[in-house]
Amino acid sequence: MGRKILLEKINISGIESFDIYRKSGGYSAVEKALKTMTPVDVVEEVKKSGLRGRGGAGFPTGMKWGFIDRKSDKPHYLICNADESEPGTFKDRYLMEHLPHLLIEGMICSAFALEAHTAYIYIRGEFKYLIGILNNALSEAYANGFLGKNILGTTFSLDIYVHPGAGAYICGEETALIESLEGKRGNPRLKPPFPAFVGLFGCPTVVNNVETLAAISPILNMGGDFYSKLGNGKSTGTKLISACGNINKPGVYEIEMGITVEDFIYSEEYCGGIKGGKKLKAVIPGGSSVPVLPADLILKTAAGQPRLMTYESLAEGGFETGTMLGSGGFIVYDEDQCMVRNTLSFARFYHHESCGQCSPCREGTGWQERLLTRIENGEGRLKDIDLLADISKHIEGNTICPLGDAAAWPVSSAIRHFRKEFEFHIQFPEIVKNIRHGNIDKYL
Amino acid sequence: MSENYNKHKIYERNGKTYAFSDASLQRIKEIIGRYPEAKQKSALIPVLHIAQEEFGGSLNADIMDYIAGLLNVKPIEVYEVATFYTQFYLDKVGKFVIEICQTGPCLSCGGDDMIDYLKEKLGIDVGETTADGLFTFKTVECLGACGYAPVMQVNTCFHQNLTKESIDNIIDLLRTQANEPKSNDDKWVEKFCLKK
Ligand SMILES: Cc1cc2nc3c(=O)[nH]c(=O)nc-3n(C[C@H](O)[C@H](O)[C@H](O)COP(=O)(O)O)c2cc1C
Ligand code: SF4
Ligand code: FES
Repeated sequence: MGRKILLEKINISGIESFDIYRKSGGYSAVEKALKTMTPVDVVEEVKKSGLRGRGGAGFPTGMKWGFIDRKSDKPHYLICNADESEPGTFKDRYLMEHLPHLLIEGMICSAFALEAHTAYIYIRGEFKYLIGILNNALSEAYANGFLGKNILGTTFSLDIYVHPGAGAYICGEETALIESLEGKRGNPRLKPPFPAFVGLFGCPTVVNNVETLAAISPILNMGGDFYSKLGNGKSTGTKLISACGNINKPGVYEIEMGITVEDFIYSEEYCGGIKGGKKLKAVIPGGSSVPVLPADLILKTAAGQPRLMTYESLAEGGFETGTMLGSGGFIVYDEDQCMVRNTLSFARFYHHESCGQCSPCREGTGWQERLLTRIENGEGRLKDIDLLADISKHIEGNTICPLGDAAAWPVSSAIRHFRKEFEFHIQFPEIVKNIRHGNIDKYL
Repeated sequence: MSENYNKHKIYERNGKTYAFSDASLQRIKEIIGRYPEAKQKSALIPVLHIAQEEFGGSLNADIMDYIAGLLNVKPIEVYEVATFYTQFYLDKVGKFVIEICQTGPCLSCGGDDMIDYLKEKLGIDVGETTADGLFTFKTVECLGACGYAPVMQVNTCFHQNLTKESIDNIIDLLRTQANEPKSNDDKWVEKFCLKK
């Protein structure tokens, strides 16, 4: 069994309640931080841990906290990003449902480190049932003196509020989230200025993912140095992977970074292999925004090394032969899955979710969807494939926020690795229609 | 702020009256209190959610104007937001809004078959409402529950690992609710959510 840090106590019955969580050692990190450390000490500890943001970009959390403008006379804000909308990703929901106090405890320690006295949990509107769970847990924390004025008799005070979104993937992007929290459309802001200087209500703000914040208490308890030795190289610690698609055991798994992709897919401890004993066709390991890889390249790098579940190993080979760990939304496709249909579904997703501010993204995602629809419907032309690749190139790097890139990569990577399948759709639409659910490899 | 708030407790337009219940007004007041002084616009999305629940499942210009007055923002600021977010409906919807996920991971687990099955079962196309006003059928993008695919939401309630049989059960159960007062509150969710 791999080491569990976040999910260590998930099987304790009643762990979602304050009393059981506290009896199992919960909230000791708050005591440690508030009573024996300074805010800067906490930041240093997190820096030492090497923890990287779990929302997708993998930016070092301690460094991000280090940017907060401590000279500002404005209030500071901490925002927990619980918008979780990246296709393939459902780990934050799992954490909040089963371990709400782990998140709250982490948020108290983080707000202390950032000298923030107000924090918001921005949660996607569809997760209405979680709002109740979080509000219950927050009330318990208030009732037990871990939130509110003068926590544990110290001078530190903190209020945490849950704020719902209303169905917009783009609000997971941190500046769009801030706009949304201000009661506006979720249009991302141009950076700089960065939120650490000009964030919510124009004040210094840090936005962190649910899983990132949940890791803070264990890090303070075990010490940053200790945490940094877990995992593999710069991919320190453990990561939640939400595994879905055509596997025997979809679900949320905590892995110590560094296990092999093969082990993750085939071992009984994790995905338990491909459903129905079918062959593995492709994997998107970090949510829909990261490049798709065919079976051979996800299991081994182009250089023939076993691919590991780390930020670095998954990225090896760049975009030619590699991908990214992203949010840890691990999507597995078996031999019968159609890559054209899948790519079309993602193209439709990004077109629907583009906020529309930048023309390369707004128009490009529309063209991607239209061309792919045409190909999927058997009305494509061979030159559409290059046109698609060309559109992706024009979106990439030319937009205000990374949604543009996120929309381009699934398309360009699918064409790169599954070009024959696109060509086959265009040349033999009648055959494709008849094998809606079936393996087309034998025709290629 | 509070003066404005009292003035707008009831809103009349075109012979129709809109008024939040006292309980909702209390909730709205509490929500406004979560944001700094003069930043009550932040309450807009939560308040739109409450309005949609309370005024029949969708929003219209009158309701949005009412909310603009309540939060002391311009009506256009409310329209901008209501039109941006997919959870706000500007057209009338049925009592039960069925939203089934159509994104890659769900499709790979048979989501497309479930979409076809629902179309057939309800006798309507995506985007339509049944003649009896009971069901509106929509497709949506990833609901953040891909490991339990195929997935749909009915109002605020998740239904996971869908099969034709489970869809039959859900629709049957909802039909028995045809004449019950509509509610999206948590008690309703608990009673009529088939557990995962
Ligand atoms: C289009 C887009 C969508 C995003 N969605 C999410 C999300 O749902 N949840 C999340 O935590 N981060 C999301 N992010 C990343 C955030 O912008 C931000 O980097 C993150 O919340 C920072 O937290 P971390 O450093 O703890 O990872 C998204 C980014 C982009 C560009
Ligand atoms: S890249 Fe797309 S989503 Fe991002 S700001 Fe531009 S139009 Fe909006
Ligand atoms: S793809 Fe359907 S819930 Fe994520």
